[in-house]
Amino acid sequence: MVQPYCLVYEMRESHIMKIHYGTALAAVGLVAVHILMRMADGYHESLEFANVLANYQFIPYAGLLEIILILLSIHGFNGLRVILLELHQGRSYEKAVSYGCVAGMVALIAYGSRTIVMANMGMI
Amino acid sequence: MSDTVKLRIRRSATDDFDEFTIPVQKWTTILECILYAKYKIDHSIAVRYSCRQATCGSCGMKINGKPSLACFTKVSEIDGDTITVEPMANFPVIRDLAVKFDRLFKNHRDIIPYMNNDPPDSSRMHLQSPEELDRFIQFANCIKCGLCNSACPTMATDTSFTGPQALAQAYRYVADSRDKDKDKRLRIIDDSHGIWRCHFAGSCSQVCPKGVDPAMGIQLLRGYMLGLND
Repeated sequence: MVQPYCLVYEMRESHIMKIHYGTALAAVGLVAVHILMRMADGYHESLEFANVLANYQFIPYAGLLEIILILLSIHGFNGLRVILLELHQGRSYEKAVSYGCVAGMVALIAYGSRTIVMANMGMI
Repeated sequence: MSDTVKLRIRRSATDDFDEFTIPVQKWTTILECILYAKYKIDHSIAVRYSCRQATCGSCGMKINGKPSLACFTKVSEIDGDTITVEPMANFPVIRDLAVKFDRLFKNHRDIIPYMNNDPPDSSRMHLQSPEELDRFIQFANCIKCGLCNSACPTMATDTSFTGPQALAQAYRYVADSRDKDKDKRLRIIDDSHGIWRCHFAGSCSQVCPKGVDPAMGIQLLRGYMLGLND
């Protein structure tokens, strides 16, 4: 049986890049929706603390932010992985970069999700 | 145009430039200038060359900073009366203008640069339409001079990158309707240092002396990888 950590490292590059391009396209679409919603509110008002909290408490919008967070984390950390792979080469270095980027991505999604969930539940 | 030029050659022993004054005609090539300096002034200049007609791909070097074939570049094409020649970037230097091609040849070998197919029973030829030939024929003009690899910015930082030369040759065989090793070849270049590391700077296509467009080949190859081409 293939172990999960092998799946991360041994994933075909074309699959990773398809995810990379897909997340970029999806993020562009969803961030556009996000910006349009800010503009519909009135830009300055939308940045007021109460308004921001109200957005998080509106579940569809909180879901949109969560999806954007996941898409940009995947895309951004894969981009970082690619940059680091080009900077230096070597099997152990490349493994460390791949695992490090996955760990960083998971940590960022977890931390961002925590913020979204806490704001949604009125804990902030 | 002046009847002499100043030729500056980077020497590996001193890691500096030696200067020579060379008499020229308007049809004189850079290789002829270097050979004049070698035969008449300094026999120790190391330069690799063979055919003198842009066919063998031996005399690649940086001429005034641009990777070019010395035999295919005339003095009259150069702005000014000073010509600076250096060994190609992204290749280890053997001596002076001669560089090692080991990495280029290894990457070229790795992509299986030959057709794999049994002859058809009915005849000794594989039939191919002009349209099928058009898909790859320009890539068959590659002379393995290494200028594209020398110009490639990714080759400069990623020592494991397959390189535009090998990727363009991979496309040449992948797009050949007679070949049966397409999937094998696509799997080879689908690596963390393979086709996806190309940033499409396009400098490989700018410097190719044979009019091959490796940057386009790489993008077309990506189409195969993404399932956009058959």
